[in-house]
Amino acid sequence: MADASQVDALYQEIILDHYKQKHGSGLRDPFESEVHHVNPTCGDEVTLRVHLDAGTVSDVSYDAVGCSISQASASVLNDLVVGKPVDDAFATLDAFQALMQGKGEVEPDEDVLEDGIAFAGVAQFPARVKCALLSWMAFKDATSQALSTQEDA
Amino acid sequence: MTSYDVEAVRKDFPILERTLAGDHPLVYLDSANTSHKPRQVVEAIEQHYLQHNANVARAMHQLGAEASEAFELGRTKVAGFIGAGRREEVVFTKNASEALNLVARVLGDAGTVGEGDEVVISEMEHHSNIVPWQLLTERTGATLRWFGVTDQGRLDLDDLDTLVTERTKVVSLTWVSNMLGTINPVERVIARAHEVGALVVIDGSQAVPQIPVDVSSLGADFVAFTGHKMVGPTGIGVLWGRYDLLASLPPFLGGGEMIETVTMERSTFAAPPHRFEAGTPPIAQSVGLGAAVDYLSALGMENVAAHEQAITAYALERMQEVDGLTVVGPREAVQRGGAISFTLDDVHPHDVAQLLDSRGVAVRAGHHCAKPAHQRFGVQSTTRASFYLYTTEAEIDALVEAIRHTQQYFGGR
Repeated sequence: MADASQVDALYQEIILDHYKQKHGSGLRDPFESEVHHVNPTCGDEVTLRVHLDAGTVSDVSYDAVGCSISQASASVLNDLVVGKPVDDAFATLDAFQALMQGKGEVEPDEDVLEDGIAFAGVAQFPARVKCALLSWMAFKDATSQALSTQEDA
Repeated sequence: MTSYDVEAVRKDFPILERTLAGDHPLVYLDSANTSHKPRQVVEAIEQHYLQHNANVARAMHQLGAEASEAFELGRTKVAGFIGAGRREEVVFTKNASEALNLVARVLGDAGTVGEGDEVVISEMEHHSNIVPWQLLTERTGATLRWFGVTDQGRLDLDDLDTLVTERTKVVSLTWVSNMLGTINPVERVIARAHEVGALVVIDGSQAVPQIPVDVSSLGADFVAFTGHKMVGPTGIGVLWGRYDLLASLPPFLGGGEMIETVTMERSTFAAPPHRFEAGTPPIAQSVGLGAAVDYLSALGMENVAAHEQAITAYALERMQEVDGLTVVGPREAVQRGGAISFTLDDVHPHDVAQLLDSRGVAVRAGHHCAKPAHQRFGVQSTTRASFYLYTTEAEIDALVEAIRHTQQYFGGR
């Protein structure tokens, strides 16, 4: 189902660049929540921490093992959500998720997704969508936990 | 290999003539995951559904009799194929996982494994030969212990006598590792287990498809395997067990076909194998598996094994010519089956598999349901190429070429 041109669409230069040089990789303090997500079918794993400061995502730090798609996706996540208000970060997450689950029929908005548009080709490979979404789902989970902890406090 | 004509064999498998995207011919190297099915198997299943379909053992009409006979004939053929002493020793399940779960469940229910007892497995098991024993030992208060694996990917039997003791009630071991490819010296383990009175369960999922098996002389108490890895259909697995042992064990699932008589208060149970086959069984699948073992027998399992051995030796040699490729598991084709897991420096297995797929080469990437075995070798996942009776040297060459392409793709951009 994948010939050379589709594979090139999957492995965009931008993705390989992020894979080789991950932005914001490593686990850092301070953080309000830490989650560990796995992709049970292949064993990709990410440990991800979120630090919120007055409604803004002030850091997303992570330790990820996995394929180029999952690693690059974590790097792009860091680029796109750090420094943003939580609501904006969640809007970006929704846009990224819509792109990934759009079976190639969703036109990405570069203003919102920036380097994230390079993942458009991933949507054509159902087996790889989970790789691309792993760290984003971890971010959603960790941020939700951090928010509910804040509410409780 | 004068008696074995792989090109003639391939003609029985129409799927092998497929071309994939980019006009690449299919190079199917994922047979340890599931094997392809020859025309003879598919046609037997088709004929059954089109001409003889009915439920078994309960339909008092001519088709019912034909279907019952066809279903039981599959059992007879499988029994003959594995050298079972009696056809009633062959219990049909839905797959090897269910067969292993069946044993673990009924041994617990029978009280064979209880508090203070021990069950011994190994670090190279498929999850389906780990999890059922974890569940059993947790449920009964028994202890789970395991053999380690050497750096060469062999079963570490140094502590055989201290691991398998009079506390051991069950030893459950894979015959051929689905990840490392290792063929284990199961006879030695069986001998020790029987010395201390423990039962032995052999996971034959990778062994029965590729080496001649004679359960009567093997000495194990149970052997589990699955149809779809041995050119048979999905949806049918086999638990072979010694008859006297099966006859002494309680049922697994309750329902139709497994009873002798039922009142509202209680039931009595059928003799093996039907005691362990509640509900409508895999009827067409038994017909298909019967055709599959006929197919394998016609080729000759000695020839199948010799081909597997030769193709594995060729693949090990060719693959290890690639710089940056590391085979995880035995590196020589000695006591070794046709599954080769490997890592490639700086390229993740998923990315390897994706690039190979773009060249038509189908392999598996991930943990292959053997996470502990991967952990043992300090890797999170591997790429696995696995071979079978239709695999050619040209396909190995295509694999190696595609691996080099993958290295260039990720290294050169």
